[in-house]
Amino acid sequence: MKLFQATSRTALNRLEPQLRYNHGLMTRVLAGRLLATVFLLVASAVPAAAQLALAAASDLQPVLPEIAARFQRATGQTVTITYGSSGNFVSQIQNGAPFDVFLSADDGYVNRLVTSGHADGRTSVAYASGRLALWSRSDRSLILSAGLTSLTDARVRRIAIANPEHAPYGRAAVDALRRAGLYVRLRDRLVLGESVSQAAQFAQTGNADVAIVALSLTMAPAMQQAGTSVELPASTFAPITQTGVVLTRSTKGDLARRFLQYLGQPDIAMLLRRSGFGPRP
Amino acid sequence: MSTGIDWQAIALSVRLAAVVVAILLAISLPIAWWMTFRRRRWTFVVEAIVALPLVLPPTVLGFYMLLAMGPRSPLGRLWEALTGHGLAFTFEALVLASLLYSLPFVVQPIAAAFAQVDPTLLEASSMLGASWWRTFTRVTVPLALDGILAGAVLGFAHTLGEFGVVLMVGGNLPGVTRTVSISIYDQVQSFQLDAANQTALLLLAFSMAALVLVYGFLRKPWAVAPGA
Repeated sequence: MKLFQATSRTALNRLEPQLRYNHGLMTRVLAGRLLATVFLLVASAVPAAAQLALAAASDLQPVLPEIAARFQRATGQTVTITYGSSGNFVSQIQNGAPFDVFLSADDGYVNRLVTSGHADGRTSVAYASGRLALWSRSDRSLILSAGLTSLTDARVRRIAIANPEHAPYGRAAVDALRRAGLYVRLRDRLVLGESVSQAAQFAQTGNADVAIVALSLTMAPAMQQAGTSVELPASTFAPITQTGVVLTRSTKGDLARRFLQYLGQPDIAMLLRRSGFGPRP
Repeated sequence: MSTGIDWQAIALSVRLAAVVVAILLAISLPIAWWMTFRRRRWTFVVEAIVALPLVLPPTVLGFYMLLAMGPRSPLGRLWEALTGHGLAFTFEALVLASLLYSLPFVVQPIAAAFAQVDPTLLEASSMLGASWWRTFTRVTVPLALDGILAGAVLGFAHTLGEFGVVLMVGGNLPGVTRTVSISIYDQVQSFQLDAANQTALLLLAFSMAALVLVYGFLRKPWAVAPGA
């Protein structure tokens, strides 16, 4: 019986190493210093007041840094960018995420935030539309020129798309497959990325044979070098309306509105077009 | 997606955790035995490798798993040659990832329990003519049973709660790789908060029960009268 108790005590110690700390004076002094250091680190991580915080759909990843840099040069104000899936941002913003502007891949998510009072509907701007493309690694030597029909090739065993439950490009991909009458036939080949960029990365690493993703992602240098892409005509799926909005909790409303206006400037509109986005609807 | 509790995802996670724990026990018993009773000068290196998944971000493990499973890696090519399909986005891929990810949770409690076995009992057993195997199965394992059970429960619970690695290599296939934690994430992302809440509560209750079980094994409140 003694043996069993000894066993249990040691096993427990392995699980809870902090129980074994010596609570001597030195330990307390060290702990105090550690706490002070942690506090300083946390304090220095709080961003400066002048920054404009953007929450941006991940299809903007290849082009938004350039836009932000130009905006910074034009206004002298710094911009920070956080990328993610639009659906995830809605939950985060509704729970108090500290963003000033939300650049959604789809107007539905913006409407949701306006309805719940977290975004100012009067500031909502549709600044571009999303384009959809097939992408495949060159070493797969698949011919994609037939568009979605190319996916019926027996060598295409895995098709990566963004999760249609919460990613606009995933929904558009499913919509395109349905309209082409291929969804039921190809359903079992679909693998779902958490965001459209994860879907692209599934194909980029060769784990999926083809990805149906945002054209803007396929135009990023790494993707262009590794594979080929074919755009799907805009008429073959429900439009993806890229929409930006100022969030209610923002204390930089003027600067935020100015950023959304800036997206509509001719040179920025041109940059967006060159980066794989369609004209504003 | 249906509303309410995603039973398919729960069943999948339980199946995954059961398979992983069964394999992990088979692997961990010899590893823990070797780490405890056949120590070499460099055993600490093996201990560090076993403990690595405790501190490694799941994204690091997931990222390397994804590369290792791809058709351009030796593992990916071998798997494709053997089975005719890629390794990523399969149940087997999750088993492989979980084996790595949950290894320390099974090995460490077992090694700790082995270390507490009185060596004189093992010597006595072999002096009495018992074979190595008989000593292991009749003396070592029974004496370390509480640690082995704790390792099994911890390994099971940890695999059940795995998220980051599965998100990176799973591809979210219903009934194949959509585990319960992924299902909760999906439900939150698509605003089905009630459904997410139900599934999450179930998982919370299970995790709590598992830990009560583990601490029960270890503290044995029924063995000693309180305050005695």
